[in-house]
Amino acid sequence: MSCARIEDPALLTGRGRFLDDLDPFAGTLTAAIVRSPHPHARIRGVDLTRARRHPGVAAVVGPEEVAAELKPFPLAVKTPMPYYPTAVGRTRFVGEPVAVVVAADRYLAEDAAELVDVDYEPLPHVTDIEAALGADAPLLHEEAADNVATDRTFTFGDVSEVFATADHIVAGEYDFPRYSSTPMECYSVVAEWQEEAGGPAIEAWSNFHGPFSMVAVLAGAFGMPASRVRLRIPADIGGSFGIKAGIYPYVALVALASKHAGRPVRWTEDRIEHLLASSAGSDRKMRFEAAVSADGRIRGLRADLIDNVGAYLRPPEPSTLYRCFGNITGAYRIDAVEIRSRAVVTNKTPTGLNRGFGGQQLYFGLERLVDTIALRCDVDPVELRRRNFVRGRDFPYATPTGGVYDSGDYHTALDMLCKNADYEALRRRQAAARRRGEYLGIGVATIVDPSATNIGYVGLATPAEQRAAGRGKSGSTEHVRVTVDPNGVVSVLLGTVPQGQGHATVAQAVVADTLGLPRDQVRPVVEMDTATTPWTITSGSYSSRFAPLLTSALVEACERLAETIKIAGATLLGTDAEAVELADGVVRLRERPEESVPFRHAAGLVHWDPGSLPDGVSARLYEEAAFTPPESKAASRTDQINSSLCYGFVAELAVVSIDPDTRSIRLEQVFTVHDAGTILHPVLLEGQVHGALAHAIGGALYEEMRYSPSGQPAATFMDYLCPTTAETAYELDSDHLQTPSPLTKLGAKGCGEGSSMSLPAAIAGAVADALRHEGVEITSLPLHGDVVHGLLERTTEGTN
Amino acid sequence: MKAAPFAYARPSTLDEAVAELASADGGGKVISGGQSLVPVLAMRLARPEVLVDINGIAELGRIERSDGAVEIGATVRQRAVERDRLSAEVPLLGMALPWVGHRELRSRGTVCGSLAHADPAAELPAVACCLDATVTLSGRTGPRQVAAREFYAGAMMTGLGPDEVLTSVRLPLARRADGYGFAEIARRHGDFALAGVAVHVRDNRVTVTGFGISDRPVTRTVTGEVTGDLLDAMVDTDGDGHASRDYRRRLFRVLAEREIGKARARAGRKERDDDQ
Repeated sequence: MSCARIEDPALLTGRGRFLDDLDPFAGTLTAAIVRSPHPHARIRGVDLTRARRHPGVAAVVGPEEVAAELKPFPLAVKTPMPYYPTAVGRTRFVGEPVAVVVAADRYLAEDAAELVDVDYEPLPHVTDIEAALGADAPLLHEEAADNVATDRTFTFGDVSEVFATADHIVAGEYDFPRYSSTPMECYSVVAEWQEEAGGPAIEAWSNFHGPFSMVAVLAGAFGMPASRVRLRIPADIGGSFGIKAGIYPYVALVALASKHAGRPVRWTEDRIEHLLASSAGSDRKMRFEAAVSADGRIRGLRADLIDNVGAYLRPPEPSTLYRCFGNITGAYRIDAVEIRSRAVVTNKTPTGLNRGFGGQQLYFGLERLVDTIALRCDVDPVELRRRNFVRGRDFPYATPTGGVYDSGDYHTALDMLCKNADYEALRRRQAAARRRGEYLGIGVATIVDPSATNIGYVGLATPAEQRAAGRGKSGSTEHVRVTVDPNGVVSVLLGTVPQGQGHATVAQAVVADTLGLPRDQVRPVVEMDTATTPWTITSGSYSSRFAPLLTSALVEACERLAETIKIAGATLLGTDAEAVELADGVVRLRERPEESVPFRHAAGLVHWDPGSLPDGVSARLYEEAAFTPPESKAASRTDQINSSLCYGFVAELAVVSIDPDTRSIRLEQVFTVHDAGTILHPVLLEGQVHGALAHAIGGALYEEMRYSPSGQPAATFMDYLCPTTAETAYELDSDHLQTPSPLTKLGAKGCGEGSSMSLPAAIAGAVADALRHEGVEITSLPLHGDVVHGLLERTTEGTN
Repeated sequence: MKAAPFAYARPSTLDEAVAELASADGGGKVISGGQSLVPVLAMRLARPEVLVDINGIAELGRIERSDGAVEIGATVRQRAVERDRLSAEVPLLGMALPWVGHRELRSRGTVCGSLAHADPAAELPAVACCLDATVTLSGRTGPRQVAAREFYAGAMMTGLGPDEVLTSVRLPLARRADGYGFAEIARRHGDFALAGVAVHVRDNRVTVTGFGISDRPVTRTVTGEVTGDLLDAMVDTDGDGHASRDYRRRLFRVLAEREIGKARARAGRKERDDDQ
């Protein structure tokens, strides 16, 4: 169904309507936020007097107002680490909001922000995971016993026995860096506090995109039911890649500012604020250990994962730890698993969703370990993976942690990869390069790409015995409403809140194909209004949900709608609904397709002349569907969870060269094979692959949210280096295998995140492969000339 | 990210500009292309009382040749020089300009603005030092000429007085048998250099200027071989998150040796051409 993106003409001609372009309320004022310059400080006092007196200022709200008028956001665990939209009592990261100033324009607001007097008493700070776990570490939250927000251990299978009888035990410790996404438009909120007869309410426009469980968290801070917080989201949100899921504390803050100003308030985050204090993927320290038999089969796995979630366990954290719980064994048949999952708070910005969410961290450790196992067993890394793969006959494959892999053919995908890359020739090229004194490396990663998150995994952070009966969490649902107008034009209201992926294009094509209509007879509407668009807690654009879930809901709704149209068409044709079909924009007789009536006449009949319909048929030309897969259950009492609905696959190979003199790394080639089930739109799928690869290149080679020893983060594009077109000019060979999911209506799985999880590991493997004969091992990212230089100098010193 | 309040002046003569700066008594700041200054203003890291916009001063927009040299005025855009035959007449300038930011930035940024901004990792100050260029500084007491090699006093620090405008730079045109080299390494295309080098070879004399390796461009002129120790000693910057001092030393040495070799080869080739 490849066709041009219907979103593009507006975007490419400057007619996109982003939040900062919109002016939904008359008389809106502008806010600026006062932020902490300290990583950790007690707030002795906040004096808002001078700021409030500044000309043009309507309101200034500080920690006192926030603490008095809001409740802490409800957290996923009971650890006492209260989280508000501003610092209260203490500030715990550089950039944490302390006050918000509302003025006539942003210039005045920033002028007045400088007049907010905050008396800070700096406290010792900690940004490193291990240091935060130390006995004498500065304690971030005074009511908590330590800096550990959650700590759970899970055992599945006979782990001790498997390790006791293993031929090899292979272990590795890995550090995954903190990096982010850099959407074109930063966070933006326009909120109005409304006093209604039934009490206060909030209408807020923002470029939030879900998960809508955060709407409940947001409303919880105001003690309001979610229905009193009306969220509006425009069609163009300026990108996110997950990062904008962290916007809701600002929605609360701006709504509170509106209450004080008595006027609607707009706040648009600038780039420095964004890099300083919005969100990021968590940095993770992890230790993996595998029990391996002599032939290279992995029998058991121990994983010790510690996420640095920053200063607060901001929901949906600690989900980074659990999103991949059901697929923690990756593409491999491993029956015995022990996992320790910890989240630690430090004086860094709180973390959250970032494309790949939990997968890039997991697979960096797991795939580095698999490479190490291959070395130890003296087996080629490709062959070792092949030996351990889940096999075609194993599907549906139940993992020890509760995942059920719906479909796949990993061996075929890997064979395609090796053929496309001509793996043997690459190895010969590498040997020749090495003889010439050049560094050339080949890295492989093979990963399971989970899509359509089951939010039930959030429950795992709480021990099973403490999970209240009847208060379970589960599910992976998306919603649509499909309507036919009197002209036969079909409107489709989506609940997925796209971030720019092209949901409208694919939705249009799916509906048109299901109803046998030309594309231009289908009009998708992607704007979200929580007062009118159907939604539930799991709605939104995250965890690659659109392709598996929303398109399934579309098919369900369209199939029901088709019944009504068929009845109306049959009425016009003087026959029964069973005798007709929809195709080519008409309702026609199955047996004599030349006898037909236009779809629009059938729709017109229902609108204008429902009296002519058979008795008992309702004039219903709107259908809603909530695709609700039964496979997404809550976590079991034994802590197993099928953490996603679908599990795709990526096999990837990276080739890097390293200049022996400058030690600069060059990514030369990437070969990738994706299996995302049935392909809905080849061009959009390819776009997602390109984007995920670029994101991965950022994380592997360029981007890092670094903190100085004084706790100051890098907060400009001079220091936070995103790859540009010049850095992504590598040679790409992308291929696809299709093993349809039996669980979704069209067989499609998610595909937007896969390579963002696999390529960091493949690049690390390639760099390690290039430098192995120098005694260098790669256990962290990002990698660049300075890092390679340090590693090579260290090994030289060691051997001297 | 909105600038703090400032007054704005757009004089049409140099005298008026200097008078504005003088009356601001140290609180004035000259703007031409604004590619470095505007972000700094937006971040409130610079808070001038008066912004003196020199784009309306016609005489500062000229490129003039005389006595084997070229003079580039203060409002001449980098991109204009890049596209002018000047980039062939002063080959080092032509080699360096593509490395300055991105094309979009060069279409607004000026050659003299980059010289006055004095970022230690910037390309154009290094070119000026390597070629032994002269800058003209115009203040209340009239214009004065300062050698580029004397102009830089540290990171973002120069000999420019508070009431002075850097009105032009004078660069010598290349002689036929001169050889040049220029290279830099940055984390990404268009970033400030981790280490960079400009090289000028004339006869048996080699001038090497490093940038990104100290708090200002560092220039050495050597007759005969350029030793590794000499190159290493030029690098005295502290490391940062992008590169340690030790790595910068390695990069600078690799780049300098490569570019000196190329510059010597180019000079030698032209000499041979002349002999034939």
